[in-house]
Amino acid sequence: MVAKTLRSESEAERFSGGERALHWVNSTLFIVLLLTASALYVGPLSAIVGRRDLVKWIHVICGLALPLPLALAAWRSAPFRADARRLNRFGPEDWKWLRRRRTNIPGKFNAGQKLNAAFIAGAIPVMLATGVIMKWFGPFPLPWRTGATFVHDLMAIALFIVIVGHIVKALSDKPRLDAMLRGRTDVR
Amino acid sequence: MSAESLQEAEVGTPIGRRVVLGMAAVGAAGVLFGSRVQDWLGNTLAPITARDGTGLSSLLPVGRFRIYSVTGSLPSKLAADYHLQVDGLVDKPFTLTFDELTAMPATGLTADFQCVTGWRVHEVPWVGVKLRDLLDRAGVKHRAAGVTFQSFDGLYTESLSMDQARRDDVLVVYRMERKPVSRNHGGPVRLYVAPMYGYKSCKWLERITVTSKVVPGYWEVRGYDQDAWIGKSNGREDAPV
Repeated sequence: MVAKTLRSESEAERFSGGERALHWVNSTLFIVLLLTASALYVGPLSAIVGRRDLVKWIHVICGLALPLPLALAAWRSAPFRADARRLNRFGPEDWKWLRRRRTNIPGKFNAGQKLNAAFIAGAIPVMLATGVIMKWFGPFPLPWRTGATFVHDLMAIALFIVIVGHIVKALSDKPRLDAMLRGRTDVR
Repeated sequence: MSAESLQEAEVGTPIGRRVVLGMAAVGAAGVLFGSRVQDWLGNTLAPITARDGTGLSSLLPVGRFRIYSVTGSLPSKLAADYHLQVDGLVDKPFTLTFDELTAMPATGLTADFQCVTGWRVHEVPWVGVKLRDLLDRAGVKHRAAGVTFQSFDGLYTESLSMDQARRDDVLVVYRMERKPVSRNHGGPVRLYVAPMYGYKSCKWLERITVTSKVVPGYWEVRGYDQDAWIGKSNGREDAPV
């Protein structure tokens, strides 16, 4: 009984329903984008999957859809806006965390989570803009198309690494995974 | 919200915003100057990627073939089972086996392969039979104006005008990079149209049909240019081959 009371006292509401819905919609879009990207870019996979025209269209549609849930959350969800503010700000403990990987820090997010969020937030407009230039290259100066392809390719490789890292980290941190699955956690 | 996290939300350095803005700036610079960086990287890395046995360097966005196909899986055919059909508006339609094709006078050509999506492979050695020789062997009728190519993937087609098809640098290829053309690269026999973007170089070639007018191929129907001159079509400015 004591343990249970303690547990419920230490449980904290980490993410609202809207935030969790946003996270899983985003994850699904990102996974489809990475899978279709791999089928378009990695030679042996292209060879197995084929259907280049169809794969390209799925990739383009998911890419264009990606900012919509985020925009909706920024407009309608106060908890999302509050978390975005927390993720934005780096305090002294964040610099300390980066130097020494202390696991217990005050606050909701550690510096790694903040950097992950910042990278993803930065990558989305870059991927969207370069993707649009690649798909509808007509109005743009010619070398932009090559440049956009180059940026899109390199950023995709970086995103792939960061997202795989994010998933590996999440799977090895049960309480924080619970926070994103159920909204609540006993980690403060 | 605890006092601590309230404070956390309002003070501290806005690193997140800086990362986002910084990435936007680097991305914009990459769009403007990326084509030059890519050329430079391609040339610098060429000696390394050429000798990379792992294939990992093909993941870099520079200087290697990427394998595209429009159907579900790569078609497969042994040279022993291969036939090339030449028909349409010709006097003597015929079918060749792989051995009969390779017994014809061969032409070697070392030239770049430029894809319309941006990648280019420098100085690829190709060996094959001039398309013109095959057309002459069949005897093209007077009113013929186009040539259509069909892949044994069952879906892909390409086409050239008769003038384009009769160029010296249009080959029906059976050796590439000093090896028989692999399945990935469209083996046992593919087309190589040197002066045009890669989509013209029909892989897994099985049928050449002479037509009365140019019939748009798979990608042309989907918006690519029919006259796919490298550097002068599809809104691109690559160096001609």
